[in-house]
Amino acid sequence: MLDACGLKSLDDLYSHLPAEALFPRSLDIPAGKSEYEISDYFKQQAAKNANGYASFLGAGVYAHYRPVLCDVVVSRGEFLTSYTPYQAEIAQGTLTTIFEFQTMVCQLTGMEVANASMYDGSTAVPEAAMMAARVTGRHKFLVASNLHPEYREVLDTAARNAQLHVEPFGYDSKTGTIDIAGLESKLDKDIACVILQSPNFFGIVENIKQASELAHKHGALLVVVFSEAVSLGLVEPPRDADIVVGELQSFAISPSYGGPFAGIIATKEKYMRQIPGRLVGETKDADGNRAFCLTLSTREQHIRREKATSNICTNQALIALMATVFMSVYGKQGLRELAEQNLAKAHYLAKGLDLPFSGPFFNEFVARPKGRTPEEANAALLEKKIIGGLPLGRFFPELKDSLLLCATEMSKRADIDAVKEVLL
Amino acid sequence: MPKTLGKIRPHLTQNESLLFELSHPGKTGYQLPELDVPAVDAAEALGGENVRTEIEHFPEVSEVEVIRHFTRLSTWNYGIDLGLFPLGSCTMKYNPRINEAVARIEGLAWAHPYQPESLSQGAMEIAAVLEQYLGEIFGMDAVTLQPAAGAHGEYTGIMLVRAYLESQGNPRKKVLVPDSAHGTNPATAIIAGYEVATLKSNEQGMIDPAVLEAAVDDTVAAMMITNPNTVGVFEENIVKIAGILHAKGAQVYMDGANLNALVGVARPGDFGIDVLHSNLHKTFSTPHGGGGPGAGAVGVKSHLEPFLPTPRLRQANGQWTWDYNCPQSIGRVRAYYGNFGVLVRALAYIMAHGGPGLRNATLDALLNANYLRAKLAPYFQIAYNAPSMHECVFEDTRQESKGVRTGDIAKRLIDYGFHPYTVSFPMIVHGALMIEPTETESKQELDAFCESLIAIANEIDTDPEMVKHAPYMTRTSRVDEVTAARKPIVRWKP
Ligand SMILES: Cc1ncc(COP(=O)(O)O)c(C=O)c1O
Repeated sequence: MLDACGLKSLDDLYSHLPAEALFPRSLDIPAGKSEYEISDYFKQQAAKNANGYASFLGAGVYAHYRPVLCDVVVSRGEFLTSYTPYQAEIAQGTLTTIFEFQTMVCQLTGMEVANASMYDGSTAVPEAAMMAARVTGRHKFLVASNLHPEYREVLDTAARNAQLHVEPFGYDSKTGTIDIAGLESKLDKDIACVILQSPNFFGIVENIKQASELAHKHGALLVVVFSEAVSLGLVEPPRDADIVVGELQSFAISPSYGGPFAGIIATKEKYMRQIPGRLVGETKDADGNRAFCLTLSTREQHIRREKATSNICTNQALIALMATVFMSVYGKQGLRELAEQNLAKAHYLAKGLDLPFSGPFFNEFVARPKGRTPEEANAALLEKKIIGGLPLGRFFPELKDSLLLCATEMSKRADIDAVKEVLL
Repeated sequence: MPKTLGKIRPHLTQNESLLFELSHPGKTGYQLPELDVPAVDAAEALGGENVRTEIEHFPEVSEVEVIRHFTRLSTWNYGIDLGLFPLGSCTMKYNPRINEAVARIEGLAWAHPYQPESLSQGAMEIAAVLEQYLGEIFGMDAVTLQPAAGAHGEYTGIMLVRAYLESQGNPRKKVLVPDSAHGTNPATAIIAGYEVATLKSNEQGMIDPAVLEAAVDDTVAAMMITNPNTVGVFEENIVKIAGILHAKGAQVYMDGANLNALVGVARPGDFGIDVLHSNLHKTFSTPHGGGGPGAGAVGVKSHLEPFLPTPRLRQANGQWTWDYNCPQSIGRVRAYYGNFGVLVRALAYIMAHGGPGLRNATLDALLNANYLRAKLAPYFQIAYNAPSMHECVFEDTRQESKGVRTGDIAKRLIDYGFHPYTVSFPMIVHGALMIEPTETESKQELDAFCESLIAIANEIDTDPEMVKHAPYMTRTSRVDEVTAARKPIVRWKP
């Protein structure tokens, strides 16, 4: 091969690089390892993590059972090792599944258009905010303080750099839902959108209709965020929102220490051309058969460059496929029953505990351990091989006496009882 | 039609309806355990108005229908597992399956980001080792693993530049981007709050130091440079270019999408780069999965380190811990700690190769690209004479004289059993054919690919019309993208 290239040695391949750019030594990385050694290394690392614990953590990342089919499908090389489906004729598999994904996201959220995925729920929030700024020509965002705090931080970073303004509004300390009066007092003609989460970070279902009426009265859009997708099996979707963003981690995506997950963004048809990221559309091939392809790409960076709606390129396609398989396996009836089980488990766990908020909750809620700090309660639970809830003081100083607890279909009654014993 | 063309012979594929069309009321494919706690009335618990009646038109299919549905659809796809995937700028290398296996080990896959640090030491160690190895590969002082993809890494990097310059008193106004740059570069600069100034490349496809010199002033915050650049050429003046920018107080950002050409051979940190991102899903082999997930690790020189996203990984008393006390940090760019599962795969790849193996992979990638260039140069017009690194870029001028463009050649290549190269990018090349074979392809596969492209070049001479309507061997003939955009149908309706 070197001969064909007219070269004498492999070193000739880079000999034209300026001498001062060349790396004069070898990489300080141990010599290559065999498959067995690699497998062994990662097993050893995994052994240093929690193993065999029951967990009551939620807070944006949920433990749900992953039907076997999900990994079976995403492990097929035709899906796993394909690229972004720019060459539609040999990517109809990927394109068709994305079209189904977009459709199911619309059905779940009550929206009319959904894209092919965002990186995750947190990064989808600033994308929605920017989209609202483009639609309204306004530069301020009103954000509920019971939005996932890390989503909020991601929004703050983005807004600061884009010279856009984020203004928080509070939550009602009795119900745990947004403070409607506080929201109303802050709405004016500069507000591009109101951003709130439902179920919110405390697990409580918000009154979307009321918030949307207020936002719309002032010409602002309503952005509704969700982090627990399973809730949409049972909870009325945010039909009155203008943009819905969220996280599909609950749909067969393992917690994986925080990623990769799959974010979604969905909206009304009239805002379709402002949506960021990839979209798949239906069309025909030259023989008149139904076919799918990437479409409306004049919104995107590879065509529009500095005028694009976003800089997103690679998204979370394979993870979105996992979620698509999950939604297909559970289907209409299964997703509802799954949600009902979550509701039942969480309410069983909550019963009798000291709950600071009265708002209706789905599968997670805030509770105050009796006679112990949250940290002490968690330490006591760890001894029983149970990871308790998230101590909230880290994000909400006023809730430093409280834990955010989550129960799912995977929480066993005996473990729930053990948690109650420690918290009561 | 002949039954065999190149390495292709047609075989049967199944037609398949959409899930919604397969649905029948009452069909199910799920199983749930019997509820071991009392059932709860949803309307009572949530309020009647908060409970939906049903998910209208959501699929209702059986388990066997689900597996057949997705298996049938999968057969309509092409992937690296089927053959060469020479998409320029995308580094479509083989994805070792050990990476998939280790990412699924229970203690890693089921680690919750908020579980106690004392019960997360393994995950944190993996991230720490990867940070260290990437720092060594980049020649950089510090690395963040938080960004979710290349474009997200760019965004992080430019925000770091802004924070640093702000700390010096003035964030400045503009980011310079060469006209050969990937679209994410200008798009990133805008969302990071900068204006974009485009710089014209010279006749070698490179940045011209004289043009740069004239364009840089104290309003320029940074220049985004892809190196090797998008025509697959190493910016031979990179050290000088960095010097020009630094002299005016500007930062040098490197888009490391093409790092596969450099690992173990040259380090960005050694040739003047202040901050770069690397697409771990390219250079470090995590599968593209039809468009993601990826990871966009960002490396920086020490002066930018205080601004890295929070939290930072630190070691104290032999224990790993997340440090949230980073007062100068740009803040978070993503919840939690990044696409951890992708990071696991990237580390497994680096460990499998080791230092010497990574360098060998680079040399093989360069060799494969130069081999293709040498074999194809008699038939296609090379875009620039400068030596190629990991990819080679041709233009379609010779074929255009017969009315055939790069997009047509790409479709015909599908008939021969290959995924096409990258079409029409970079935009500075007239009808670009951008070919990146990667190191994991054998000479046999490369030869078969060259034979196919050469056969197409001959077909264009004899029957250009035929080529213009390709593909013929696929189950789907040429897809009408124009109608799709004119009348967008982006979801199924009953
Ligand atoms: C040169 C270049 N820069 C940036 C990107 C963006 O990376 P990503 O798709 O991971 O966001 C790509 C690839 O798509 C690229 O080829």
